[in-house]
Amino acid sequence: MLELKNITKTFNLGTINEKHALNGIDLTLNDGDFVTVIGGNGAGKSTMLNAIAGVWPVDSGSIIIDGTDVTGLPDFRRAPYIGRVFQDPMTGTAATMEIQENLALAARRGRRRGLTWGVTADEKEMYREKLKILDLGLEDRMTAKVGLLSGGQRQALTLLMATLRKPKILLLDEHTAALDPKTAEKVLNATETVVKKDNLTTLMVTHNMKDAIAHGNRLIMMNEGKVILDIKGEEKKHLTVENLLHQFELISGEEFANDKALLS
Amino acid sequence: MSAAAYFQSLNGLDLLGRLPAAIAQGLFWGVMALGVYITFRLLDVADLSVDGTFATGSAVTAMLILKGVNPWVAILVAFLAGLAAGAVTGLLHTKLGIPAILAGILTQYALYSINLAIMGFKANTAVNAKSTLVISGLSIPRSIVVLLIFVAALIAVLYWFFGTEVGSALRATGCNQQMAKAQGININSMKLLGLALSNAIVALAGGLSAQYSGFADVNSGRGSIVIGLAAVIIGETIGEAIFKKHLNFAGRLIFVVVGGIIYYIVYTIVLWLKLDSNMMKMFTAIIVAIFLAVPYLRGQSRSSFRRAGKNSASGEGK
Repeated sequence: MLELKNITKTFNLGTINEKHALNGIDLTLNDGDFVTVIGGNGAGKSTMLNAIAGVWPVDSGSIIIDGTDVTGLPDFRRAPYIGRVFQDPMTGTAATMEIQENLALAARRGRRRGLTWGVTADEKEMYREKLKILDLGLEDRMTAKVGLLSGGQRQALTLLMATLRKPKILLLDEHTAALDPKTAEKVLNATETVVKKDNLTTLMVTHNMKDAIAHGNRLIMMNEGKVILDIKGEEKKHLTVENLLHQFELISGEEFANDKALLS
Repeated sequence: MSAAAYFQSLNGLDLLGRLPAAIAQGLFWGVMALGVYITFRLLDVADLSVDGTFATGSAVTAMLILKGVNPWVAILVAFLAGLAAGAVTGLLHTKLGIPAILAGILTQYALYSINLAIMGFKANTAVNAKSTLVISGLSIPRSIVVLLIFVAALIAVLYWFFGTEVGSALRATGCNQQMAKAQGININSMKLLGLALSNAIVALAGGLSAQYSGFADVNSGRGSIVIGLAAVIIGETIGEAIFKKHLNFAGRLIFVVVGGIIYYIVYTIVLWLKLDSNMMKMFTAIIVAIFLAVPYLRGQSRSSFRRAGKNSASGEGK
């Protein structure tokens, strides 16, 4: 479903801030893989997701989604394949527009937009049903401006928007990190539900090792712009945090440097 | 002149007599303000090209009417000229990476020469028409009726357009570019479209202005961005004061035009009070500055370091 072949990306080339963010990433996701991504600070987790989404062009390598080479396409032209939820709850929705308008924009992801009405009556019914699943009472506030919602509500809405049209790949970039623990759990459960329901191929970056172990069928660990650990199947089911930290130290020869991950 | 003599010299009936002209002017400046609204509020860009495109609209309309073209056709061509000029600003911004505000200034600056060229390198031109003009300062009541219908139609079209898929995509671009891109929206195309449409409407207003006043002047657009902003802000403030949160999009557009009318009524009163009309630009700037500052200052009054300091000193919250 997703193939990354030897992706490299260097920021600020030739300056004192030069940073080799991605150092030859090779990764293949099968259809329906739910992969959690962990790693220390600056390991390249978000950078990898941005490379897939097409936020900027990569320096070398290929990105292939469902057989299509998208390496040369900017983000808005990759949008037909990709659903995204960002770390900042403000990023994924348009605050000054209504809930139903936001959903209608997402329903047209990757389609030609014309001069027909932006939100049709049939759609509204469908959105009402979908919003009910989130169980946040949003189905009764469809004409409310998204700016009036809480961070958790906005994040849940973004998740719904990202999956409204089934994406080839769902990118979740620490999408619960900015939420309080209770809300984070709710959003994470909602994530689990939608991913399972549509059998979505998913990449979820998280700083929480327990979450990374509890969710998905596969776990990858990154360090210095590379995938250093790839655990799937039965082995993934029996993982523990201690076990994971131990493996990290064995491979990288250093201690795991992410306070957030260790404390939570 | 003593104060008593000054007040005696003011004639209330005279002011009343001037109001229809103020309303007519306010209406076509309201059209201009609708153009400004598209960039300023929906696209979140301060576009300064409008100072140039307003005069372009005037110049094109005046020259076409002189050539015997139907006045309605003339403003349609003015609309297209504005569309092209706005597209230039859009291309400078999106294709060449020039900040929007600078792109607008560049276009506006270039348009001064172009507008002169349109008018045969004369600074102004009288509008002499054989056929009936769309509006004219010589028949104000008729002009007001025509303008009211025209404005209603324009608002209806804008309301429809911004409700369509493309219009929604444009609004999303103005609100949150990252979100728009994630939904597959080409934000550069949307900016280009918004800037072109905005300037087209402004040029249309310029064409109406030339017909109303009976002449086109290369300087007629100077400062029009500020008048447009004044109309937008005055209109929104009044609309929100009356309708609170129930002010919908159509209501907003209507109040933008109302803002234009109020601006010209105030302008007329300033003239009637025999204040120097040359000072009007300064008054306008002050009004716009105040209205732009109000939301910020309101936020400050709720939470500021000064207040926090005072609270701390007085022992509150301990």
